[in-house]
Amino acid sequence: MPKDEFRVLSPTAILGYGFPEDSFKAGLNRKPQVIAVDAGSSDPGPYYLGSGKSFTDRAFVKRDLRFMLLGGIQLGVPVIVGSAGGSGAEPHLEWCRDIILEIAKEENLSFTMAVIPSDVSKETVRQALRNGNIESLPYVPPLTEEALDQTTHIVAQLGVEPLIGALKQGVDVVLAGRCYDPANFAALPILRGYDEALAIHMGKILECGAIAATPGSGSDCVLGTLGEDSFTLEALNPARRFTKESTAAHTLYEKSDPYHLPGPGGILDLRNCAFQDHRDGRVTVSGSRHTTTHPYKVKLEGARLIGFRTVSFAGIRDPILIAHIDSVLEKVRAQVFSMNKNQRGQVYFHVYGKNGVMGKAEIRLSQKAGADPYELGLIIEAVAPTKEEADTLAGITRSTLLHYGYEGRIATAGNLAFPFSPSDTSMGAVYEFSLYHLMGIDDPVTFPQSPKRRIEKIYRGRVEQ
Amino acid sequence: MTVRLMDVARIIRSKNSGPFELTLDVIFKDRPTFILFRDKELINTALIARLYGVDEKDVSSVIWFDPADAVKATLRRPIPSGAPGDTDIYGAQQHGPLLELQWEL
Repeated sequence: MPKDEFRVLSPTAILGYGFPEDSFKAGLNRKPQVIAVDAGSSDPGPYYLGSGKSFTDRAFVKRDLRFMLLGGIQLGVPVIVGSAGGSGAEPHLEWCRDIILEIAKEENLSFTMAVIPSDVSKETVRQALRNGNIESLPYVPPLTEEALDQTTHIVAQLGVEPLIGALKQGVDVVLAGRCYDPANFAALPILRGYDEALAIHMGKILECGAIAATPGSGSDCVLGTLGEDSFTLEALNPARRFTKESTAAHTLYEKSDPYHLPGPGGILDLRNCAFQDHRDGRVTVSGSRHTTTHPYKVKLEGARLIGFRTVSFAGIRDPILIAHIDSVLEKVRAQVFSMNKNQRGQVYFHVYGKNGVMGKAEIRLSQKAGADPYELGLIIEAVAPTKEEADTLAGITRSTLLHYGYEGRIATAGNLAFPFSPSDTSMGAVYEFSLYHLMGIDDPVTFPQSPKRRIEKIYRGRVEQ
Repeated sequence: MTVRLMDVARIIRSKNSGPFELTLDVIFKDRPTFILFRDKELINTALIARLYGVDEKDVSSVIWFDPADAVKATLRRPIPSGAPGDTDIYGAQQHGPLLELQWEL
């Protein structure tokens, strides 16, 4: 076990969310041994993985990456980017690689870069499915070959192993597809012999940037310092501090069990964790444990195209219509489908001001508390197998509702206030998560096998062949 | 006396725990209140199921987390994140029903 401390700089919660330049400079002044960032999430929904597009903004990803690359080269320490392009599939990885090469060219940079795809072939998953080697996560339907065939991109959340494999070869930059978020931060300290549990637990906090500090922020820098039997967190912006409360509270964030955090090949066990507040903005964490699981399992993510979406926005101010909105909308829906028996697709009404946020679970619906709202916001959403059918369904629903003669109506000129012309807009393809399953693998270092896993030499902004 | 959750908690929030689960966090303002709630199990599977209009089997866990004076409940998303009919992709605005909770203690 190394005696020296190991410092990890995390600039931001997600690459492209930005960070104050002063915070980043303060981080560089602390001479971190690695600069790492999580570039993705499944939170923005299935569209981004399914379509191969990034949910992060290109200009800001480039802005963040420029600071990181220049900082890494200045200090001579590796820069690690995991879950590239937001979802980590091949088009996302290439998108992020292009940005890196663009910066390299503009800044005349020379470095070596490992590119680690995380795409898993359908054939690999099909074999695993047939061999009973695919496991559904809670509430996820069992995987079918049909769903697999329809999935556009399949990625596996990689652990530290492939990152360590690249770092062993002394690369300056690691650009990886979908990764278990903490892996980006934990890989190098684990390679240097630091405790795996502490490194992963520290990574779990660092991957969120300053969200675990108070006041929290997804757009600010944090330094994690790993020692022999503990790690210490500190915000790099004097306006924020880590406290025992903020750090412990973050342990709950966006996971189902705060004591047991499953990841690739193991489970982080936080039952004996202790948080020590130094009362100067720093918190030291100890007692984290890690148990490896056999076989080594990775989480697969995938999405499939299920149709196209067209929406129409409108406001409603008539109190008689508002009082009967649910029954009117149901009658309109029935009339739309009765006018065209061949109409495919579904109509969803999002009634803001009533239950647009919570749908059927809206507790106020059953309380009958208070009067009706004086206005409602309405989104008519049509999802159908083709764009043309979705356009038709949204348009016909909009025109039917606009002039629908509901009982007791006194405003006979029109039922909807449209803020825009055109009133309807196509939102394009609709995806749903088709894969969110565990798969056992043999070798976490070489998985997933890919001819595109490579080390590139960039000399003065150009990739050397 | 009437104890409202909003008055004794400093954080009440919801968020996806992956695309198929919604997780609810309540962090109490002080340890004695946390211990009172924990020992009486005032927040429990049946309550969460009723509050969110789901079957009890769709509430996967209610876990009391001592290090943060917190309780966490996780339930099945009625519709997976981003699937047609979903209303909250990140699940970040599903905490409303918790704000209405109160007990006579």
